Amino acid sequence: MILAFVLIVLVVGSVIFHLMSPWWFTPIASNWDYIDSTIVITFWITGVVFVAVGLFMAYCVFRFRHQTGTRAAYEPENKRLEWWLTVLTTLGVAGLLTPGLFVWNQFITVPAEADTIEVMAQQWQFNFRLPGKDGVLGTSDTQNVSSENPFGLNPNDPNGQDDVLIEAQDLHLPLDRPVKVLLRSIDTLHDFYVPQFRAKMDMVPGMVTYFWFTPTRTGTFESICAELCGTGHYTMRAVVVVDEESAYQAWLQEQSTFKQAMAGTGDKSKLALGKSQTVSTERVSE
Amino acid sequence: MTDVTPNTVNYLAPAEVEDVELYHPKSFVTKYIWSQDAKVIAIQYAGTAIAIGLVALVMSWMMRLQLGFPDTFDFISPEAYLQLITMHGMIMVIYLLTALFLGGFGNYLIPLMVGARDMVFPYVNMLSYWVYLLAVLVLVASFFVPGGSTGAGWTLYPPQAILAGTPGQSYGIILMLASLALFIIGFTMGGLNYVVTVLQARTRGMTLMRLPLTVWGIFVATILALLAFPALFVGAVMMMFDRLLGTSFFMPDIVEFGESLKYGGGSPILFQHLFWFFGHPEVYIVALPAFGIVSDLLSVHARKNIFGYRMMVWAIVAIGGLSFVVWAHHMYVSGMNPYFGFFFATSTLIIAVPTAIKVYNWVLTLWRGNIHLTLPMLFAVAFIITFVNGGITGLFLGNVVVDVPLSDTMFVVAHFHMVMGVAPILVIFGAIYHWYPLMSGRMLNTALGHFHFWVTFIGAYLIYFPMHYLGFIGVPRRYYALGETSFIPLSAHTLNEFITVAALIVGFAQVVFIFNIVWSLFKGKKSVRNPWRAASLEWQTPQVPPSHGNWGKELPVVYRWAYDYSVPGAAEDFLPQNLPPDQVAIAKGHEALGVQAAAT
Repeated sequence: MILAFVLIVLVVGSVIFHLMSPWWFTPIASNWDYIDSTIVITFWITGVVFVAVGLFMAYCVFRFRHQTGTRAAYEPENKRLEWWLTVLTTLGVAGLLTPGLFVWNQFITVPAEADTIEVMAQQWQFNFRLPGKDGVLGTSDTQNVSSENPFGLNPNDPNGQDDVLIEAQDLHLPLDRPVKVLLRSIDTLHDFYVPQFRAKMDMVPGMVTYFWFTPTRTGTFESICAELCGTGHYTMRAVVVVDEESAYQAWLQEQSTFKQAMAGTGDKSKLALGKSQTVSTERVSE
Repeated sequence: MTDVTPNTVNYLAPAEVEDVELYHPKSFVTKYIWSQDAKVIAIQYAGTAIAIGLVALVMSWMMRLQLGFPDTFDFISPEAYLQLITMHGMIMVIYLLTALFLGGFGNYLIPLMVGARDMVFPYVNMLSYWVYLLAVLVLVASFFVPGGSTGAGWTLYPPQAILAGTPGQSYGIILMLASLALFIIGFTMGGLNYVVTVLQARTRGMTLMRLPLTVWGIFVATILALLAFPALFVGAVMMMFDRLLGTSFFMPDIVEFGESLKYGGGSPILFQHLFWFFGHPEVYIVALPAFGIVSDLLSVHARKNIFGYRMMVWAIVAIGGLSFVVWAHHMYVSGMNPYFGFFFATSTLIIAVPTAIKVYNWVLTLWRGNIHLTLPMLFAVAFIITFVNGGITGLFLGNVVVDVPLSDTMFVVAHFHMVMGVAPILVIFGAIYHWYPLMSGRMLNTALGHFHFWVTFIGAYLIYFPMHYLGFIGVPRRYYALGETSFIPLSAHTLNEFITVAALIVGFAQVVFIFNIVWSLFKGKKSVRNPWRAASLEWQTPQVPPSHGNWGKELPVVYRWAYDYSVPGAAEDFLPQNLPPDQVAIAKGHEALGVQAAAT
């Protein structure tokens, strides 16, 4: 009896919690509302199953509880019923997978008109690089990284000369322009995640990974690191500001380029390599 | 299968091999310490696993204290926090759950349920436990070396696992990898025993399709272990080489803290593939025994055969096979080739189908049953609802694009705890209440048991269900402190406090459970023979608890499947597997029909 009651409370309570929960998606700021829609579809399909199974179980536990003189039925299998349940489940699963894969296809197909930027991660900060006036990012190599060249850019590559370097400062993005975000790391795995943008991908040292999105509203957003990268993982943050076009251009004018940094005309105060905290890796007690 | 046909004893195949000659221990040491008896080995495994599991439980309390009340507990530093989450995870998944299900329940139940005297390789079986114990000791040693244990996360991803920015980089990670290698060696030795015993040592009449689902679950899980653990083994060896010999299997060019390291050319993603090729079957190694055991708990305590036994067997086999082709759903945002996402999302959602069938069949077992709400039944029902919840959130994460915002958030933590840390653990509890009378001759105290059940079931649900919603707002996992994060409202911090308090209360209930186990050994009500009136073989031994050799002079002979409960026409509501058909008592009023009990 109590068990049946608790099961009903648990199922109904979970549904009520869901409907009343103050904790839901952060207000979206990108074009990836399709992800949110897929999640809502998933909630509907799986929610129906959860409620159905839970309430049916509560009913069985109550209705078929042991009473003197009763006996269970003897029914080893019921092929028809099992067949129907299999078919319905397969349809339900297909109903989840189909929209999901369509959206995934969009996620990995970068629009031709997208801008390109780079996020370069290290323990424990995010740095940003824009392609500059030529629209092309210069090549880079971890082996080039030094205190004068924290981004590890190839000094002989002309494309890199006008790259805009933003080291551990806010990144600005123009509103409504799709952007392909190239991701790079010079030490460990990291991940650049702004929940309001929904999209993210790990940075893997030795590789360049990517994701793309279109910022759809202005605002100031916080990014966090979403792949364990050592003791300072929880401190690794950045700020992304989405601007209207004019404000974005104004901000862009103020940034310095690789050429300026190498020549020493850029703002040197931004050149501190690795705002790395000296974190002790020894165990605290003993 | 359910025909009511006359059964003759000559229908049985004759015995093919002679009865095995076991080693007969004479001294205390050979009986209880260096024992080759699978039942003693089982208790050794279970005791060690539970002991180290309690250590991991205490670690979880400390983690929750830090998450619920940051800035309060100075002794939990960022390094210590990472070490806690790493060791908690590794211990729980591998050293507790795998060891307890396979080494503990497998060793005790397989020989008894198949009608054998012991495992087929008793000496190797004994060694397997001592290798496991050594693995645990090496793991514990890592707490005491300079730098402490590794803080790389239970997934041990390179490059960070062996670099200076991660705790335990100097010695902790080495001991961790060594301990895992030892564990795998031990479990290969044990695993061969479980698989070969099921295949070769079944008693006369015990066909594969008459085995209880407990055996099927542990059997398929062991096959998975034998095939999947080698991937972890090689990954661990390669990482060990990277750390000790300066090789670069997983290490690309790295500049850490301004220093250019001597590595180059390796692939961190290679480790992830190796790890998860093991890691995904691993979670089914934990889940499949739970699936098998809960089927038996439900049928015994509902006095009804498990619904759809054949489909249940096929579902276990299908889930086991499919579990090898879904691993990269743990790597959707790893930076691997994005086209893999299509394949793995499809395979992952396909595996939901046999799993759902099992859920339906568990519930349909209750339908028109005769349900005794004993403690094992309570835990079995609690398993179903929590497993459905945890399995459903797996559908969210398996659908590749949905995983993108949710990965590395508390949604993932909530999912895997619910589906692996709550549901199978509820089965373990149910199984202990169920088989305790067989192993000890006494019953566990029911009042303490009910307290344990309700606090654990409701408490665990209250911990992990709301946690999913923290994931929706973007709260990340493996974070020492959330600090002032713009998208995390104050209410989320309050929820963290609530979860911490719930966790501590549930933790307390486990202490009560351990007390019950120990106290009932001495003061528990003495149990009657086969108190749950179960049909499977383990309850039909001449002596309870079963003695060395299990069956006395003659091995049992099996005439039916393990689920003849409430058979129409039978006087008793269960027919033991080894009860000869001509000894089945017919219910009054059925003699005239000439009905004899089913041979299945």
